[in-house]
Amino acid sequence: MKTHAPGCPLTGPQIVDEYFIENRTRLLEIAAFLDRLDRVDADCAVQDFRMQVFRDAVDALGTPGDRLNRIQMLLSDPTPEPLERLDRKSAMGAFDRHSKEARS
Amino acid sequence: MRYIDHHAHMVSRTTDDYQQLALTGCVAVTEPAFWAGWDRSCGDSVEDYFRQLTEFEPRRAAQHGIQHYTWLAINPKEADDRNLSRDVLTRIPKFLDRPTVLGIGEIGMNRITRNEIATYTEQVELAIEHHQLILIHTPHLEDKLKGTRISVDVLRRYREIDPGRVLIDHAEEHTIEMILEHGFWAGLTLYPQTKISPQRAVDVIEKYGPERICVAGACDWGPSDPIAVPRFALEMRRRRHSDALIERVVFENPVRFLSQSPKFKVTASGAPEPARVG
Repeated sequence: MKTHAPGCPLTGPQIVDEYFIENRTRLLEIAAFLDRLDRVDADCAVQDFRMQVFRDAVDALGTPGDRLNRIQMLLSDPTPEPLERLDRKSAMGAFDRHSKEARS
Repeated sequence: MRYIDHHAHMVSRTTDDYQQLALTGCVAVTEPAFWAGWDRSCGDSVEDYFRQLTEFEPRRAAQHGIQHYTWLAINPKEADDRNLSRDVLTRIPKFLDRPTVLGIGEIGMNRITRNEIATYTEQVELAIEHHQLILIHTPHLEDKLKGTRISVDVLRRYREIDPGRVLIDHAEEHTIEMILEHGFWAGLTLYPQTKISPQRAVDVIEKYGPERICVAGACDWGPSDPIAVPRFALEMRRRRHSDALIERVVFENPVRFLSQSPKFKVTASGAPEPARVG
């Protein structure tokens, strides 16, 4: 599967030098988003299924190793069965696990 | 740098975008049949769209020295409508001999309904019957994992399918292994928000290597970037990857996949000539 994978030519310090500032910016944007929601509607921050997953995903950042795949799986629909009928046209960004469980 | 964007919805882009593509080294685009942002009312409407893809758009691209090819299908966003889908499937074969049609696509699922799977399966069978290349759309966001699994499962039911003639697009970190391990090509579509960024796409190349992976801008009428592929190349350079590796991903790989259609005229060595149609 991982045939001839080139890896990243940069060293650790080079990666930090190159990418720290842009990821510092992203980190602050996430903090600002969470603070904004808390100021406006703290209940929504707790109850909205997307925000519940978001919090789990933020927690996953703290554990080293394959963070991205773990977060992708947190956000994904894990069920194998197709929908019987079309419910809406678009995805919402996160799977509502509690709603599915309530229906099954 | 020369490159090919194998997934660009140019009917929704301006002439300025063609200029940007040409200025940044794009020599060819391939355009999968797509949703218009609202549902079409009948098969005639889709057939007009096929005429736009096969007659008008190649001429527009040629004005900028870019070859334009296309894929035909009922797209996943309308595939739940079984009546429309059946109608469109009867209309596709008469377009397949046109000089810039490379295959069936983009087919796949949107919300992963039973109707969508039925339409997808019929389009896979249409491609087999007419010996066409296949371009597959995988669903968005939380639906991608399940949709990719089912798409792969359906394909694996058909022994007639050579996985090397199928490109499964919009792959991300959690779906690329299941695509590559079954011998399919994987497409990484570079989106500002909803798919994969140039940085993450380079991570994928670093982790899995360049074999059977292509990148595309997938520009359309939503937030997207017609010159996303050059931005990917820039990210590769930022990490000091070689020009040879960049060329492999953005040019040689799409040439290798797309040249399985005899209609695709870009070669690894020869200068391309814009397709002039009509």
